Amino acid sequence: MTDYVRWLIKGILLYLVNIILIFIVVFPIIYAISVSFMPDSEAFQYPPRLIPDSFYLGNYIEALKSVPILRFISNSFIVSIIVTIGQILTSSLAAYAFTFYEFKGKNIIFAIFLSTMMIPAEAIIIANYLTIRQLGLLNTYAGLILPYLSSALGIFLLRQFYLTIPKDYYEAAQLDGCTRFGFLIKVVMPLSRPAIGSLAVYSFLMTWNQYMWPLLITNTDNMRTVQIGISMLQWSDSQSFGLIMAGVIMILIPSIMIFIFGQKQLVDGLNAGALKG
Amino acid sequence: MERTESIANFSNAIGDSELKNDVIRFKNNIEPYLYIFPSAIVFATFVFYPFIKTIYISLFLTDPQGNLSKFIGLQNYIDIFKSADYINSIYLTLKFVIMTVPLEMIIAFILSISANLRLKGIEFITTIYTLPIAISSASAAVIWMLLFNPSIGFINYILSFFGIHGIGWLTDAKYGMISVSIVNVWLNVGINFIFMLAGLKSISKDLYESAQIDGANIFVQHIKITIPMLSPTLFFLITVDFINAFQEFGVINIMTQGGPVNSTNVMVYSIYRDAFFNFRYGNGAAESIILFILLLIFALLQFASSEKKVFYK
Repeated sequence: MTDYVRWLIKGILLYLVNIILIFIVVFPIIYAISVSFMPDSEAFQYPPRLIPDSFYLGNYIEALKSVPILRFISNSFIVSIIVTIGQILTSSLAAYAFTFYEFKGKNIIFAIFLSTMMIPAEAIIIANYLTIRQLGLLNTYAGLILPYLSSALGIFLLRQFYLTIPKDYYEAAQLDGCTRFGFLIKVVMPLSRPAIGSLAVYSFLMTWNQYMWPLLITNTDNMRTVQIGISMLQWSDSQSFGLIMAGVIMILIPSIMIFIFGQKQLVDGLNAGALKG
Repeated sequence: MERTESIANFSNAIGDSELKNDVIRFKNNIEPYLYIFPSAIVFATFVFYPFIKTIYISLFLTDPQGNLSKFIGLQNYIDIFKSADYINSIYLTLKFVIMTVPLEMIIAFILSISANLRLKGIEFITTIYTLPIAISSASAAVIWMLLFNPSIGFINYILSFFGIHGIGWLTDAKYGMISVSIVNVWLNVGINFIFMLAGLKSISKDLYESAQIDGANIFVQHIKITIPMLSPTLFFLITVDFINAFQEFGVINIMTQGGPVNSTNVMVYSIYRDAFFNFRYGNGAAESIILFILLLIFALLQFASSEKKVFYK
């Protein structure tokens, strides 16, 4: 065999392997999209169909009518955006103190903050539920948001980034009459855009995809978030697969969009958080 | 997935104090405390207080409203360990770990090796392999329920070509755990993939070239070079996957509710059922503490291993 032929065969094989793997990974999503465009008569056919006959939109319309899906989506948006902004603010402030200040108990407090990552959310969920109930915050945005307003991972990520900011920057800023707080707002945070971006993508996706917490503390249609909402579609009377898939696709669109646009930040952030240090 | 993912960071964070030499150091008595105050409040109220409270509740008998009625010491712990259901849930959790973690590692390894090749369009391929990260467990569960449908689902349709018919993926106790595991593997491969790919990219190409000159084939190269060079990442991921698997709840709650016949009643599901269905908050709290202790042990193992990593950096 000549080198060229070997090279060619190898290339074709490698693409083939990747195409098969891609197919396996995305198949469930493609299939869900496809079924969401099928009327019941097609969705319930056997053998199952892969491609819908036409671009049937009835499921989407029906899904919007049968459960308040727009309400779920706006609830999730409100909660995810506030949690994301909250985490950015609290983490930026805390990371600023831990990076640029000397103060009593700094190392111990930092270690205590990071130790929150050792306590799994599921292990304290009963107590948190009881607290939120006691505060009368069941079925409120506050109940959904408050426990997640800070993140040790966020503080850690931003601190890693702040550590790379050169000393001269502060000296220059000081000459311009910048206060320390001004230095954070005008210099440190703008410089940290990549790290803040990573944190934003990560916390938005995490909050949008949250399941157990909103399941516990909300029980009215008005306050349900998307993840609980689609499981409601699952148990609704209609049991139409097309309808359920239309619901799933609608709530997947925001997270997939954010993933596609924020993929680089997300990947960089995860790697910086775990492997560097 | 939320918190535990980064448990490993803890050890790294402590280790980087040497970085700080050239950094600005303000001295001020109040300012830094003001800056950490918001986070401190959140952690105190929603992590440390509930943690103490969980320990406290676990020592009490509770009424269905969650009020503590009587101090009973370790009785809740004794009760759960006497309960066949709870022992079974620990066993099922371990079974779930064994059915998911190795597969997540192996598949992610294969994906990362194929995405590390110099092919045109590799960025697109990488995006696709990472995509399930963005998918919630709830949507994944709902989509896979359709695929698992016994009469019109795609999986049984494919299997029918091999002469296998009518498997009740979600209704037969033999298959419940398998179904739940498949969905979780699909969901979690992406995160392993990201880390493995980053690890692979940092391995010097020279190593492979000299191995090639020595006549080692691709398979041998991966065994002798890739896996050892990647071992810190692999070990980190095994720990993360392990801890994530212990926290599984969403997929199970939507697909099987712990069934069929308790076959997917893993530890977190059991906490949920005891506390929020049977209103036995005391038992649920005791189970939560056991979960915490188990996960702490794994986190400490990871901590010890990343200490070692420093030597061959």
